[in-house]
Amino acid sequence: MTTTKVVLRFPPDLTDQPITYKLIKEYDLMVNILRGHITPKEEGMLVLELTGAKKKLERGMDYLEKLGVETQRLSKDVKWLKERCTHCTACTALCPTQALWIDRDTMTVGFEKDKCIACEMCVTVCPYSAMELLF
Amino acid sequence: MKTIEEINEKIKKGKALVLTAEEIIDFVREKGSKKAAEEVDVVTTGTFGPMCSSSAYFNVGHTKPRIKLGGGTVYLNDVPVYTGLAAVDILLGATAIPDDDPRNAVFPGQFAYGGGHVIEELVAGKEVRLTAAAYGTDCYPRKKLETRISLEDMNEAVLFNPRNCYQNYNVAVNVSDRAIFTYMGVLQPRLGNANYCSAGQLSPLLCDPLYRTIGIGTRIFLGGGTGHVAWQGTQHNPCVPRTELGVPRMGAGTLAVIGDLKQMGSRWLRGTSFRGYGVTLTVGIGVPIPILDEEVVIHAAVRDEDIVSQVVDYSETYPQREGESLAEVTYAQLKTGEISINGKKIHTASLSSYAMAREIAGILKDWIQKGEFLLTEYVQQLPSLDSGIVFKELQEKPIRFKKAV
Repeated sequence: MTTTKVVLRFPPDLTDQPITYKLIKEYDLMVNILRGHITPKEEGMLVLELTGAKKKLERGMDYLEKLGVETQRLSKDVKWLKERCTHCTACTALCPTQALWIDRDTMTVGFEKDKCIACEMCVTVCPYSAMELLF
Repeated sequence: MKTIEEINEKIKKGKALVLTAEEIIDFVREKGSKKAAEEVDVVTTGTFGPMCSSSAYFNVGHTKPRIKLGGGTVYLNDVPVYTGLAAVDILLGATAIPDDDPRNAVFPGQFAYGGGHVIEELVAGKEVRLTAAAYGTDCYPRKKLETRISLEDMNEAVLFNPRNCYQNYNVAVNVSDRAIFTYMGVLQPRLGNANYCSAGQLSPLLCDPLYRTIGIGTRIFLGGGTGHVAWQGTQHNPCVPRTELGVPRMGAGTLAVIGDLKQMGSRWLRGTSFRGYGVTLTVGIGVPIPILDEEVVIHAAVRDEDIVSQVVDYSETYPQREGESLAEVTYAQLKTGEISINGKKIHTASLSSYAMAREIAGILKDWIQKGEFLLTEYVQQLPSLDSGIVFKELQEKPIRFKKAV
């Protein structure tokens, strides 16, 4: 079993396609929707965590690409710019997975990248632009 | 009983005992306040948080031929500055934003760049773009100016903040059904999170709650350099309810501070953006407290568990200026990362950096121990509990328009 996080971007004509249904039903993948967004121009953005046999995962990704969905692995997504961080902790209460956490002794912020689901909440709330999104 | 003069003599000889506002807590617990008052000479405090009423004024020097910026329009990196002063004196406010910033037209606006960021860049030694248009006079004929400029090029660059260093502050929550974007950060609906903004037991005015030693003229750590308390800050409001120790239960006193921007550092003056709200400047301030007697040391040794703050709803109560505090919590509770309101557990986070406040108190301690920083007597006391100050709200009065003749 392999797990991967992917960012899918699809044009307006694909927003009505049951993409997640097909990934589950036809490619036997476990789909965890981390984030979804449709812009005013109806372009869709979906961040998924996909789990399944390696072969099936590859076939699933092929299916998406053939359909015209732009796919991108979510690996180097959210970056913590340590030198810009003031350790105010504003991000920590809103981080849904505690990827951003506080060492209570030093009252400093730490970032555990593996826990990050790229919800972008920290990017929105950080007053010092210390969280950067790299898609 | 000690005098500031005696303390300064000890500092000069390298014999002063200096502790931070955290270290004094344990010292007093172990040795008692009487002994602490005898042995400890100075307690250093610190705070590092967004402080909107901040600004810098500059004298940029005269061009050849001369230009009168006063009464004209001037921008630094597209951020408008105030020109209603003499020919080449300009004032940049921390919350100013470029004319073409979309603000909240697409809500919530980003407010990526503004006055606070210009101050940070200048202090970092960077050049900024000065663009100006003037009306031209006989003595100041020039009408246009575009140039790069750095702090080094200017005659004076002065940080002047009309209100910093709030003595205590609200804890902000949101009881409504939608996320709100405030100067206290993003607040999630239905008490989704609680944001506070004070260094608590390290905060200067919480360690001298009755303004016994901090007053007009007090020399301070300001933005990485040194500065002075210029006056009481705007909205200085000492006459609020207090705890038995004299610590205000809500926002109370404030400081206006001033200092030479050229000797400050960009680590301690940070441009700050609040989504959906605007731009500001985060300022690092440290104030030394001379331990004159036992009362001063008891106050300086205040602990987070002894300082309370009010939890206020920012969806309705605050904007409409009505209603009451939802609860009273201590900074010790806030710093655990969780408080409980109406039986609901809420994650807490701070907007002011306790880690940086601690660092500032440490740096100031170091300066004093090395004899590089001497204490000052204030030249005038801040208005205190006996001042009778009443915090005024704006009473709107209708304007009668007269018909033109």
